[in-house]
Amino acid sequence: MSFGNPVLRILLLLAFLAAWEAAVRLFAVPVFILPAPSGIAVALYRGVVSMVYVDNLWITLLETALGFALGIALAFALGTLVALSRRTEYYLYPFIVMFQSLPKVALAPLIVVWFGLGLTSKVVNAALIAFFPLMVNTIVGLRSADEDRVNLMRSLDASERQIFWMLRLPGALPFIMAGLEVAMIFALIGAIVAEFVGATAGLGMLIQTLNFSADVAGVFSILLILSVLGLLLNQIILLMRRRVLFWDPSVKTSATEDVGKGARL
Amino acid sequence: MSGSSAGAMGGIGLATAGEVRPVRPVAAQPVIAVRRLGKSYGTARAPVVALEDIDFAVAEGEFVAILGPSGCGKSTLLKILAGLLPATSGEASLRGTPIAGPRRDIGVVFQSPVLFPWRSVLHNVLLPADVQRLDRAEHERIALALLSLVGLGGFEHRYPWELSGGMQQRVAIVRALVHDPALLLMDEPFGALAAMTREQMNLELQRIWLERRKTVVFITHSIPEAVFLADRVLVMTPRPGRIAETVAVGLPRPRSLDAMNTPEFGELVRRIRAHFSAQGGVDL
Repeated sequence: MSFGNPVLRILLLLAFLAAWEAAVRLFAVPVFILPAPSGIAVALYRGVVSMVYVDNLWITLLETALGFALGIALAFALGTLVALSRRTEYYLYPFIVMFQSLPKVALAPLIVVWFGLGLTSKVVNAALIAFFPLMVNTIVGLRSADEDRVNLMRSLDASERQIFWMLRLPGALPFIMAGLEVAMIFALIGAIVAEFVGATAGLGMLIQTLNFSADVAGVFSILLILSVLGLLLNQIILLMRRRVLFWDPSVKTSATEDVGKGARL
Repeated sequence: MSGSSAGAMGGIGLATAGEVRPVRPVAAQPVIAVRRLGKSYGTARAPVVALEDIDFAVAEGEFVAILGPSGCGKSTLLKILAGLLPATSGEASLRGTPIAGPRRDIGVVFQSPVLFPWRSVLHNVLLPADVQRLDRAEHERIALALLSLVGLGGFEHRYPWELSGGMQQRVAIVRALVHDPALLLMDEPFGALAAMTREQMNLELQRIWLERRKTVVFITHSIPEAVFLADRVLVMTPRPGRIAETVAVGLPRPRSLDAMNTPEFGELVRRIRAHFSAQGGVDL
């Protein structure tokens, strides 16, 4: 927090916007190439007032939330199964490797064909993309239980079920929370990509439409909304993480650490 | 395991089959009895013998130290006593019943405190009660009393990461005692602590032991630590791990740190050290 002056930080941002505005006006850049910040603000205002942005934002948010919920439920269940049973891992391993090396967004066209232009295909695509980071982290996390701690539990005559609930699961939470953080953003990406491919509503569909009509200011205004949306979704997970992982070294350090970690993802 | 002990009893031939009732005088029964215990790893063709022909008994309320250099198999022996590893031959029994797996009447303290960072000090201490579904309120009272016994009164709602290494190991000791086990197994519990803290912890452990009179098996590679704490020191030599000598320590209790400077203490240390003259790995 003591790296610099917060006022200077805002001034720098304003100076950047002013320079952008000035450059666009000075060199008379056409609006269909790069709109000025003022043009983007006007587009944003119109879109919000007419409720078009709000209605479509709601759709995208719903797709993202449902996809996230479905994806993490499956990821957690399958991850747990694989982590606890070497046999399950043995048989599922080829599938996991095959899917993991595949860029999941490439499946979006197929999914739209299979599940239609409505909500379902977006939820499925969001779930599919959110699934892998959490599943992998769940497996790694559940397997990371320290040998000494397992021995301690065994020496107390704990059952495997008790070892899971009292040791493996809480011990896996740092990994699981990190997986959720990625899954949240991935779910948003999955929903938007599926909307690009084919949709009747949503911010991704809106970007496509505006792009075709060369309304670049409109596209920029939606990018702005998506960036704020992503930020808010990420903050929800971070808040949750801080409460759940109060004991973890990653939470006990400062908040600036989190920003750095987010950037690396 | 149980089959072999029944066979041994049958061999005594006291009664007709089905009426076998071994007569054991209660006072004389040791808490731990280890007979011809052996452990080897690896394949049948190329076995690595970790322990060979280990024989000893520990009486009720006795403090026994098992001393040896690293790699002599003393940690393996402790794992067998804790029921975490099976023996390859021979038998170890606790209060007359063979140790065939983890048992609820044993408390173990490991080299590191092994606390769960998501549990407060009190809840770490209550882990055995949670696992074994013992009465919560009663054990909370016991836990609080034990915590103040080791000087951690008022720390019950702190978390492990807020405590020093010595304090964490004290929490681990309290956790091993909370379910009132018949036997306390300690595997180099102070090995990771600084020398000064280690001496303090030795004093502390002696005080707890004098107050509670638990039966303790304490594993260490420090000769002075073994002599300071124990009633008897079992000296182990490596490859294969065997008990070379059993040294009775007759020093009066409570022992102060000054007791380490007495000629009697020095003589015991010298006698034990003679076993390791050719090898390293033991703190002198």
